[in-house]
Amino acid sequence: MKPAPFKYYAPTTVEEALTHLAEHGYDAKVLAGGQSLIPMMNFRLVQPSVLVDLNNISELSFINPDENGGLRVGAMARHHQVEVDPLVAIQAPLLHETMPKIATAQIRSRGTFGGSLSHADPSAELVSVNVALDGRFRLRSQNGERWVPAHEFFIGLFTTVLQPDELLVEVALPAMPVRSGWSLMEVARRPHDFALVGVAAVVTLDENRLCQQARMVFLSAGDVPMVAHRAAELLKGQAPTRESIRAAAEIAASEDIDPGGDIHATAEFRCHLANVLARRSLEQAFERAAGNE
Amino acid sequence: MTTKFIGKRVKRNEDPRLLTGQAQFVDDVEIPGMLHAAFLRSDYAHARLLSIDVSEARKRAGVVAVFTAEDMGDDWQPGPPLVSPPPTVKDVIFHSRRQVPLVKDKVRHAGEAIAVVIAESRYIAEDAVEDILVEFEPLEAVIDLEKGLEAGSPLVHDDLESNLAAHLFQKKGDYEAAREKADLVIARRIVVDRGAAAAMENRGIVTDWDKKSQHLTVWDTTQAPIPIRNGLVARLGLSEHKVRVIAPFIGGGFGPKMMMFYPEEMLIPWVSMKLNRPIKWIEDRRENFYATTQERGQIHDVEIALSKDGHILGLKDIFLHDTGAYDPYGLTTPLNTQCHVMGPYDIKNFTSEVSVVFTNKTLVTPVRGAGRPQGIYIIERLLDIAARELGIDLIAIRKRNLIPPDAFPYEHEIIDQAFAPLVLDSGNYWPVMEKALEMVGYDQFIEYEQPRLRAEGKYVGIGVIPFLESTGVGPYEGARVTVEASGKINVATGIGTQGQGHFTSFAQIVAEQLGVAVCDVRIVTGDTAEFHWGTGTFASRGAVVAGNAIHASASIVRQKVLKLASKILKTPEEELELEDGLVRVIDIPHKSISLGELALLANPLRGAVQPGTEPGLEATAYFGPQYGATAFGTHAMILEIDPETMMLEIKRYITVEDCGTVLNPLILEGQIHGGVSMGIGNAYYEKLHFDENGQLLNASFADYLIPSATELPRIEVGHVETQSPLNELGAKGVGEAGTLPVPALFAQAIENALNNRDLEILETPLSPNRLYELLRPNEEKSR
Ligand SMILES: Cc1cc2nc3c(=O)[nH]c(=O)nc-3n(C[C@H](O)[C@H](O)[C@H](O)COP(=O)(O)OP(=O)(O)OC[C@H]3O[C@@H](n4cnc5c(N)ncnc54)[C@H](O)[C@@H]3O)c2cc1C
Repeated sequence: MKPAPFKYYAPTTVEEALTHLAEHGYDAKVLAGGQSLIPMMNFRLVQPSVLVDLNNISELSFINPDENGGLRVGAMARHHQVEVDPLVAIQAPLLHETMPKIATAQIRSRGTFGGSLSHADPSAELVSVNVALDGRFRLRSQNGERWVPAHEFFIGLFTTVLQPDELLVEVALPAMPVRSGWSLMEVARRPHDFALVGVAAVVTLDENRLCQQARMVFLSAGDVPMVAHRAAELLKGQAPTRESIRAAAEIAASEDIDPGGDIHATAEFRCHLANVLARRSLEQAFERAAGNE
Repeated sequence: MTTKFIGKRVKRNEDPRLLTGQAQFVDDVEIPGMLHAAFLRSDYAHARLLSIDVSEARKRAGVVAVFTAEDMGDDWQPGPPLVSPPPTVKDVIFHSRRQVPLVKDKVRHAGEAIAVVIAESRYIAEDAVEDILVEFEPLEAVIDLEKGLEAGSPLVHDDLESNLAAHLFQKKGDYEAAREKADLVIARRIVVDRGAAAAMENRGIVTDWDKKSQHLTVWDTTQAPIPIRNGLVARLGLSEHKVRVIAPFIGGGFGPKMMMFYPEEMLIPWVSMKLNRPIKWIEDRRENFYATTQERGQIHDVEIALSKDGHILGLKDIFLHDTGAYDPYGLTTPLNTQCHVMGPYDIKNFTSEVSVVFTNKTLVTPVRGAGRPQGIYIIERLLDIAARELGIDLIAIRKRNLIPPDAFPYEHEIIDQAFAPLVLDSGNYWPVMEKALEMVGYDQFIEYEQPRLRAEGKYVGIGVIPFLESTGVGPYEGARVTVEASGKINVATGIGTQGQGHFTSFAQIVAEQLGVAVCDVRIVTGDTAEFHWGTGTFASRGAVVAGNAIHASASIVRQKVLKLASKILKTPEEELELEDGLVRVIDIPHKSISLGELALLANPLRGAVQPGTEPGLEATAYFGPQYGATAFGTHAMILEIDPETMMLEIKRYITVEDCGTVLNPLILEGQIHGGVSMGIGNAYYEKLHFDENGQLLNASFADYLIPSATELPRIEVGHVETQSPLNELGAKGVGEAGTLPVPALFAQAIENALNNRDLEILETPLSPNRLYELLRPNEEKSR
């Protein structure tokens, strides 16, 4: 399990990295934490002829507050860094709660925020959580930059709108509105495994304690992060009761997702789990929202 | 027997080396000029090999050689048969088909080696593997055991009439007559699926051929270096003392690293001699999933006959056993199943018939448990069903049928892996079970806790499973014990070691005899240059067989020490004691001589060694048990299951072991913890998923789930000692014990936790997904 031969560049600035990408295009791969890329190279599932290592680019490892009460996370912020950042704990509690559920401590000490998103594994927690939080991604190439909303970034299995000469450089997460609650729930065979199914939920109540917005985004439930649109419609304007939550969970699991089957779980079992998790996560999120007035 | 060292919680001599990364493993061996090997392996499970073109690979810079079966000429030979079928069983059918060094005509399992590339680095070797062009004619694969035996099935071995590899029938008493008298007969189909051994270290070989001295050194991750040396000698036409096989530290063996004579074990030394260069091959994890042996696949159609008070009148078991593409290891595994399917119960009437089936899957040889867990699973499942149908308590039905203490030695009658009718040497089973029940708080749980937790909506269940384990089989092991001039003791034995603590438990045996500190006994295992008689580490036999050989040699050395000291100290032997590395007069402690001084005196530079005596304080002795010692144990568990997600959590885990004399409780507990962990894998996590084409769908640790620290419970270990009368130490083996009852325990505890949901589990391994599927029809019925 040794990778095929490749050329290696270790730029120290984003500019320099973009130059390499512009030159090598489709032949190049960006190396972030390497926790997904290196195993794939060792299995020879990918054989890039050029590797552009981002690990020496210090300008990408930041976690900062922004003017509007939101957060900015640099692409090379390590999972561990996000996990222990006090700002994240306060401003993005959903993200804070998510981090320990990703892989193991060893992998979190290397894996990066931007790497996980660019890899676009529909089983990755950060992918769904960023959609649930309405994140926006800043992409740069030598030709300039563009901002892409999270829900438009992921376009297929392991596929994003990133062009071969583009880098994901940072993510902007807006502040959560008042009377909001959140939850991340998943079922994994072992705590550090990718989840069989998971769901990130963010809900907001209006002044009358009716549901103003309920967004559930499922992981491992389709080729991309699966947003539960029908469930959201059903809940909108409703009081979050046992019945309305149950009904929304049923709809989400039967109509909003499209999981596949594999050796760990059939599609049917995944739908069943999605239903259970949707119910439990909505209950938790609404409870938190009610406490967050 | 009061002891000073045996039975004590001595910390392990080897741990400082292992924990600081100073221990030598095969991959640590570096030799100047060493080349690296990589294999081209088949993606197909079953295919005819039409042509191979290695010319591009040979041209790649850094490639030294590429070999195919063709290139081996007359040296291409299948592996040697390792274990023959038992000649003592009547009418046994056995077709011996052995693994080949490189595929010649037909691929028989995915991952079978087709060509080997030798290059300056493993990277280059792997690049060159991709240069090789092979033309295959894919064939339909034999995967399912039942379909494999149907007429018209494709054949794994074209020269045979069917895929039947072996057939074996054994019986005692008269099952049909017992069945006539029965109040209840339960018939079920029970399926046990296949898993991997998944040792932390994969296999590896380094070979060094010295042409000038015509000497071959082989470092090999083997549990049995002596049989490997003997096999290489035969293969390569060298003299026995010109081949040295060293099994250094090994990161886990669990059976598949036994004396397999893997294709790579045959090939790499041969290539080393051909090229006159040292060669290293280290198996990677993906190769390990395809090319290292596996175990457990069996389908049982089984029937148990009982009286209405729950006495077992008879048992009939007809089963299929998957041997994979070849069967070099004979019938060891199914024989173990036959010997354990009656469990620890006194069953007078028994019929067992096994058909062993060739399939297009990786070879099956013993993996920790080796056929025993299947047997235990089956009898325990049947007893759970019987108890339910008869309205008898789960514990009561077992107690009623246990072999009673006055029945030992108990004639079990079924021929075992040692080719003789199994005799259970000793045992006292109920106290062990009782202790486990006490430790887990069985009555308290059933009466108070479970109803209380159920009322809170929690699904908690309890399981208690007793089991026996035949261990410590022959033929023999040996050891040489030497007192060195430094006063330290050197011990050499032939078996290999894979982390069981041999460097400590064996040292304790010697320390007990010679009165030295445990850390002053240096143990050498698995180096044929140091000791070249013996078989290897398997069948939970290290402590029993090698341990007793070491005990025997240490006893002889003790006699030599006493004899010489008596002469020098002018004191009768009975008045001497061995303490603190000295021999001293019992009541006059300052009158003493050190073992080192004695060793020097026993090896004089002048004067004559008397005729009939030997120089030095050294002895070599052997131990071969009359038959194996049989251990007993009981595991108990409390678990909680989330009835919606099927995720479960183990709340309590108890084991009580009776493995005779405990040499070192710390090491024993380590063995049990490891065994339980593997058992939990077998029960709930580890399953190899082959598709209908024989492709393994989970050939990596991303998808093959082994239990890790986050899944393992705290394991509470209790001991009971019933010493074996078959050896001086009174020891029985325990290496596999932790694994055996776990799948049966899971099934019982899960059923107990979900008892209102009408669940009958007849398979292992389980998973949340599988439990959901099993419960689904019930839910639909009840809607
Ligand atoms: C055993 C194991 C268990 C795991 N379990 C989980 C889990 O439970 N949940 C989970 O979410 N993840 C899990 N992961 C994945 C882990 O979180 C990875 O860190 C993550 O998926 C990829 O991040 P990375 O920084 O390592 O990226 P890399 O592996 O370096 O790169 C991944 C891909 O993204 C591209 N890329 C990286 N950075 C950028 C960028 N800035 N711009 C453009 N392209 C870029 C690379 O070219 C590559 O194609 C696990 C990994 C392992 C090895």
